[in-house]
Amino acid sequence: MKRWLIAAIVLLLGRRPRAAALRRERMVPPGPPDRGAELAVLALLLAATVCGAAFPVVYAVDSIPNQTQFLGLSLGLCLAFLAAASILIAKRLVVTEELEEDYPPPEHPTEQEALGQLVDESGDRFTRRRLIVVGAGAAGTALGVALLTPAASLGPAFHMDPFFRTPWRRGRLLVDEDGHPLLADDVEEETFYTAFPQGADREQLGAPLVVVRLPPAQLDLPSGRRDWAPRGILAYSKICTHAGCAIALYRKPTFPPTEPRPALVCPCHYSTFDPARGGDVIFGPAGRPLPQLPLLVDGSGRLRAAGNFSGAVGPSWWGVRNRSPYA
Amino acid sequence: MIRGAVRLVDQRSGGAPFIRKALRYVFPDHWSFLLGEVALYSFVVLVLTGIYLTLFFEPSLAKVQYHGSYVGLQGAEMSEAYRSAIDLSFKVKAGLLIRQTHHWAADVFVAAIVLHVLRIFFTGAFRKPRDLTYYVGLSMLMMALLEGYLGYSMVDDLLSGMGLAIGYAVALSIPFVGANLAALIWGGPFPGTHAFESRMYVVHVFVLPILIGTLIALHLALVAARHHTQFGSLRATARKVVGMPMFPAYAPRSIGLGLAVASVLFLLGGLVQINPIWIWGPYHVASATNGAQPDWYLGWLIGALRLVPHFDVTIGNYTLVPNAFWGGAAFPLVVFSVLLLWPWSERRLTGDHGFHNLLDRPRDAPWRTALGAALFTWVFLIFFAGSGDRLFVMFGLSYSLQIWIVRVLVVVAPAVVLVVTKRVCDELRAGERVESERKAAEAEAALEARLVGGRTLVPGSGELRR
Amino acid sequence: MRHVLLLAAIGLALPSLALADPPPGGIVHVSVPAGTSLREYGYQLYGGNCVMCHGSGVRGVYRPAASDELGPRLRGVGSLAADFYLRTGYMPVRSAHVQPRRSRVLFSDREIRALVAYVASLGPGPAIPQPHPGRGTVAEGLTLFTRHCAGCHQINAEGGYVTGAVAPPLGDSSAVEITEAIRVGPYLMPRFSKRQLSDGEIDSIIRYVQHTKDPEDRGGWSIGHVGPVPEGIVTWLIAMVVLVAICAVIGRRHEA
Repeated sequence: MKRWLIAAIVLLLGRRPRAAALRRERMVPPGPPDRGAELAVLALLLAATVCGAAFPVVYAVDSIPNQTQFLGLSLGLCLAFLAAASILIAKRLVVTEELEEDYPPPEHPTEQEALGQLVDESGDRFTRRRLIVVGAGAAGTALGVALLTPAASLGPAFHMDPFFRTPWRRGRLLVDEDGHPLLADDVEEETFYTAFPQGADREQLGAPLVVVRLPPAQLDLPSGRRDWAPRGILAYSKICTHAGCAIALYRKPTFPPTEPRPALVCPCHYSTFDPARGGDVIFGPAGRPLPQLPLLVDGSGRLRAAGNFSGAVGPSWWGVRNRSPYA
Repeated sequence: MIRGAVRLVDQRSGGAPFIRKALRYVFPDHWSFLLGEVALYSFVVLVLTGIYLTLFFEPSLAKVQYHGSYVGLQGAEMSEAYRSAIDLSFKVKAGLLIRQTHHWAADVFVAAIVLHVLRIFFTGAFRKPRDLTYYVGLSMLMMALLEGYLGYSMVDDLLSGMGLAIGYAVALSIPFVGANLAALIWGGPFPGTHAFESRMYVVHVFVLPILIGTLIALHLALVAARHHTQFGSLRATARKVVGMPMFPAYAPRSIGLGLAVASVLFLLGGLVQINPIWIWGPYHVASATNGAQPDWYLGWLIGALRLVPHFDVTIGNYTLVPNAFWGGAAFPLVVFSVLLLWPWSERRLTGDHGFHNLLDRPRDAPWRTALGAALFTWVFLIFFAGSGDRLFVMFGLSYSLQIWIVRVLVVVAPAVVLVVTKRVCDELRAGERVESERKAAEAEAALEARLVGGRTLVPGSGELRR
Repeated sequence: MRHVLLLAAIGLALPSLALADPPPGGIVHVSVPAGTSLREYGYQLYGGNCVMCHGSGVRGVYRPAASDELGPRLRGVGSLAADFYLRTGYMPVRSAHVQPRRSRVLFSDREIRALVAYVASLGPGPAIPQPHPGRGTVAEGLTLFTRHCAGCHQINAEGGYVTGAVAPPLGDSSAVEITEAIRVGPYLMPRFSKRQLSDGEIDSIIRYVQHTKDPEDRGGWSIGHVGPVPEGIVTWLIAMVVLVAICAVIGRRHEA
């Protein structure tokens, strides 16, 4: 028992070794205390504590409204007070020394030389160095190509057919967003409709159409398309040929003498297409006219496709003008 | 207690000498040297908030019908990805705070990098031996742009879906290989395979963060190995770096900055709404909205896409260069190429192949400053053109007139800025020379006055007079 | 540079804003004896304010005396269109060559009713609608608005650009005005008939537009509901300013 007591006393009081350490030269120069700054730091830490503690309270109490705002405020302010405390400590409670240090040498010629020598001497036993390097290069390249080859499975990178395929073919029924067949009589002038191919996946560039109706006398379609717009009903791909956004704007003149002609407009970069003239670009950056879909009216008055588009749908690529779309 | 911990670490790692060296590492102290750290701390916030989001986000394009608490989307058809992001915003407690903080952090991350790159450029910090550090940094900038784009596109809302279609169009527009490349990335023509969502996810959540993290480590290691540059003074020379040690002076400053960055990001995340995807609605190929814009750091591309006049470069039936290429691919390629080639070009053109540890004030390198300002003006004008439609809606400025004005300005303004900036730099330096010559002359006169006991020398005569 | 652009912006904007106003000479009020029918009163007002561009109303004016005094015929547009154009201040307009915009309504309520009665009497046309937005749902409204309206008016009805016109923000529009605009298709806007959009669907669209005036902003300050442009402005003008200021506080300025 006595031994434990002596041991405890020695442990508590035996600080002499530290006194020896104190006699070493100071590394950090001394600085005066700043009790005001200390107080400020304590206040900031207290504020941070309060704010930080508020976070789980706001989180847990559902009846507190504007949860996101109060959660953000509590966490944000907690961090802000901690930041302020840290910066205050930096500026007023630790000594900011200005030290000098040498920039490291720009290079180490001896070691560079040694490295060069190491590689050279290691290769001493090779007599056909260049040939082996070429061989290693060839093998390495082949290995690299082999490792990269499975990347080709990521997509149909080597045949462009899918880019020309659309779900439209002659006889395909046009349906509206709710799946109901689009009747020719329902298509009025001075407004626009979105249509899809019946039974096909809508989430592909070739599917959506924008349908408008113009007085047949106003049409000036390219030759070969004169019968593509029965009763003046026109169908175009809804996907802009510039960058692929949906053409969701239609402008129609209320009073033609003072207002611009009817046009389909894309909201992304404002490419503007003329439906009366086969989708020609009349404003904006699109480089290709809007592909037109030929229409026919069947025996029950429903609108059907009379074929495929006049050109590939969607934004242009290298071969976009090479062939016609197909189903 | 500290000594106990130090002992423990040193015994197990042998690291005490290294830690001592690291803690007394000297940092030159200038406010503009802290900009890179703002980016670094934003990245930390991005990773931490991002990890939280991955615990809830569902990267799947499988279609579901919404039956959650947000009235506006009741019964709407959407992807799992979009639905999980809506749930993060409405159902997961603190989910919206973390989502918004994450998005603000992305915007601030890129902004901080841009400011930092501007500082590096205009002070010539990219010069040898720090050009490698600079290349690493530019790579991180490019990765950050892609990372942000993928991050907000994964959510499959109307705005970002439109943005993905545009990204697809730009990929497609690359001459010869564009369609093949786009087919690989998307798994077919847009919108591609459902696996595209997983591809975005794995790149955004794993591949790019690891790459960026590794490059950050490399970037910091290079900075430490070569020591930070500094502005010259009597003490601070090309041989000696003067500054404050990491500990105890710099650490609380840096920690304070990190806490401040986190604070700003969480305050924004809680108080200022960003990307309210429930207002945009889910993406469908046939849907669009007016006023759709990419996040700010891609605004330069939408401006470019809108400015380029309408033409596809064709020969017969072959479309050599689709229109979207110029604004979406060529333009950023040119800008990044100029930035990447700058250190080498400057060495070649000035013949200065030496090592530089001292920074230039912008005026001390008039050509660099002038050319940099001109390049910045060019990019900024194109960026500005991207929001012409909102300017039209708000102020009635004709959109087509705006486009034409900017088309003219992008040629004229950089030239003007180049000339003016060069002139300003030259004048400032000339002024300093005059000033220092004047001071030197005055000092000499005062010295002479002291030497000859209060009498002045009559110029040209050799006589002394009171 | 930016100051020059801002001044240029203001300078270019002013004329176009002014042209949206009513005629500079104001409008002509007429006084009629007591007991005059509403239609007769409207006829008198029409003569003083509308005939120079719209002619007798039966045929419109296509070859005007003055270059900007022309306008469509009004026979058959019904009280719906007249009510819309007059209550929003779209009409009367200073010139036929600019887009009619919402402006200060200079006619009194009685004058408007009189003019509406007169225009309605020119020929059979649609009556002033009576929408019931309470019967619609915000969710259906979002779907319909996205399909038919968001391309021009922006998904949160904040307004947008269509080549040649502005699609105005809808925050100031009443339920009746929204219905009327959809049925009329003013200026370059498409005209949606009952076949395309039923009254019930319009109820949902109105419900949705009303919702957009104060949508779910649980994320905090909404900064305009137009997305990344204001977000970028906040990033640079708030976040980066604060953060650079903090850097300036922590660090040192350069001493030459």
